[in-house]
Amino acid sequence: MRTATARKITPFAWVIGAVAVLLTLTLGVSIGAVSLAPLTIWSEISSNLFGTVSNSTGSESTIIWQLRLPRVLLAFVVGAMLASAGCAYQGTFRNPLADPYLLGVSAGAGLGATIAIFNGSGSSRILLPLAAFAGALGAVILTYSLGRSAIAGRSSTALILAGVAVASLLTAIQTLLQQQNTDKIREIYAWVLGRLSTSGWNDLAIITPYILVCIIILLRYRRVLDVFAVGDEEALTMGLPVARARGAIIVAASLGTAAAVAVTGLIGFVGIIVPHILRLIVGNSYRILLPLSIIYGGVFLVLADILARTILAPQEISIGVVTALLGAPFFLFVLGSSKNGSVT
Amino acid sequence: MTTLSVRGLHVELDRKMIVNNIELEVSVGQWVCIIGPNGAGKSSLLKSLAGIIPSTGKILIDGSNVRELSERDRACWIAYVAQEPVMPAGMRVFDYVLLGRTAHLKMLATESPKDLEIAHYVISELDLDNFIDRDVATLSGGERQRVAIARALTQASPIILLDEPTTALDVGYQQEVLELIDRLRKEKKIAVISTMHDLTVSGLYPDRLLLLAEGNVVVSGSAESVLTPENIAKHYGAKVTVITHESGPVVIPERSK
Repeated sequence: MRTATARKITPFAWVIGAVAVLLTLTLGVSIGAVSLAPLTIWSEISSNLFGTVSNSTGSESTIIWQLRLPRVLLAFVVGAMLASAGCAYQGTFRNPLADPYLLGVSAGAGLGATIAIFNGSGSSRILLPLAAFAGALGAVILTYSLGRSAIAGRSSTALILAGVAVASLLTAIQTLLQQQNTDKIREIYAWVLGRLSTSGWNDLAIITPYILVCIIILLRYRRVLDVFAVGDEEALTMGLPVARARGAIIVAASLGTAAAVAVTGLIGFVGIIVPHILRLIVGNSYRILLPLSIIYGGVFLVLADILARTILAPQEISIGVVTALLGAPFFLFVLGSSKNGSVT
Repeated sequence: MTTLSVRGLHVELDRKMIVNNIELEVSVGQWVCIIGPNGAGKSSLLKSLAGIIPSTGKILIDGSNVRELSERDRACWIAYVAQEPVMPAGMRVFDYVLLGRTAHLKMLATESPKDLEIAHYVISELDLDNFIDRDVATLSGGERQRVAIARALTQASPIILLDEPTTALDVGYQQEVLELIDRLRKEKKIAVISTMHDLTVSGLYPDRLLLLAEGNVVVSGSAESVLTPENIAKHYGAKVTVITHESGPVVIPERSK
């Protein structure tokens, strides 16, 4: 008799993932106005972590530890969150086009954060992510209920159209607020385009706890995401409390997205690009897709950040622009291959 | 012995009555088949029993109220196979069958070796061993039904609801699937409630037929007593001849001269 086991990531894939993470992190830290050798980087990191002797000079040490490493790690954490949120939305909405950006979640978080900034809470390290979260959750609920009740039914196209409408509306409100508060427009503008902050370890320290919790929650739902694949009706008769499970997944994905957006601004398409490339390679099971989206979402955003820093060096392009340049054509490709929204 | 009893079941959608005052009783090992013209409420009746659409009235299993059960507990009692089960592209047959264990797992748990063993057992029982690595979306109609039934069996519920299990199948697959259901309900002591489209086929295996018209049960009983030219003329508006054959009544539509 032939046997099979439940889907899970092979040890080989874990090793590849770990190597990819270490390579891109090293690359991210090494590339810049001053190029740094991998050995120098790791000896500096090791000296900070374990108190070993570093062979880097004083200025190299500052560049590595104070400037590049926190930025590269921030890119990794945010990329991991956006990709896993996209992956989770795709599973629970049964929609290959779902992405925090396209569902209006990012715009909602953006509006929430903008309101917080204008009310002078922008400097509050706790209020800002919470305001962003409230906006994100409101947006995803609005998008989902609009997409559901649309005449076109619950096709993937209807959901995305609703998301685009919600995103436009929220962005318009945000612009309106901006125009009434022109003194802060620069701050907001930079934020809207998406940027990886250079404020050292602070930003990373604020959002990592939120993101870590959200990612762990989403990971625990990886089997449930596979159950969603058979549709709400059949999933319900198989014993899945559909509404409750979907609610928990949406809250976790939106909270994580909001935390990321609160610090980095709007970075789109990561949640589509990464899970979809992975789908082509490893198939559609979320037990594999979700963990790999975390790993390669991080890797992807670190690489995108390297591009943003180097293409027009010494000028920097907004990272949101880079992901959009890469992601928009990709989105059209996925749209074309998803057979006219055949997924309910 | 597990018995499902339905008392005064009523389904309304958009304030329109779909199913009215259904009385039904099925014990394990029995097969009850619901027939009726298009739009009579067959699928709605099944879906309300599965908990997919809301209903009023009593649904009892051995006297206890099904409505008070959680989704998981309900699924441990009642499994459901849709008319066209969703076959997610890229999912292996084994993974699909394994989904049937959902009712027996805590929401955030993953399958234990015992769950895998049960899935393997059902797969070999249904002769699907050579299919386990196949993508479910690439299966033929008959294979899909068998795989969906395997998933329902993996759920290990004593009551299985089957919505038109053979409608999309050619006669060979039809026979294969019906024989399978008939064997399983006897061997595994499962209560089967199915809907069916083809009247002659509906008379072959089930113990009892329920003729549904405009949401009401108008006739019920043995195939011989339900499948009469008079009943079919009255509720389907069809002129038919019924021939008695050793397998059951054969319903032949008459051609107008």
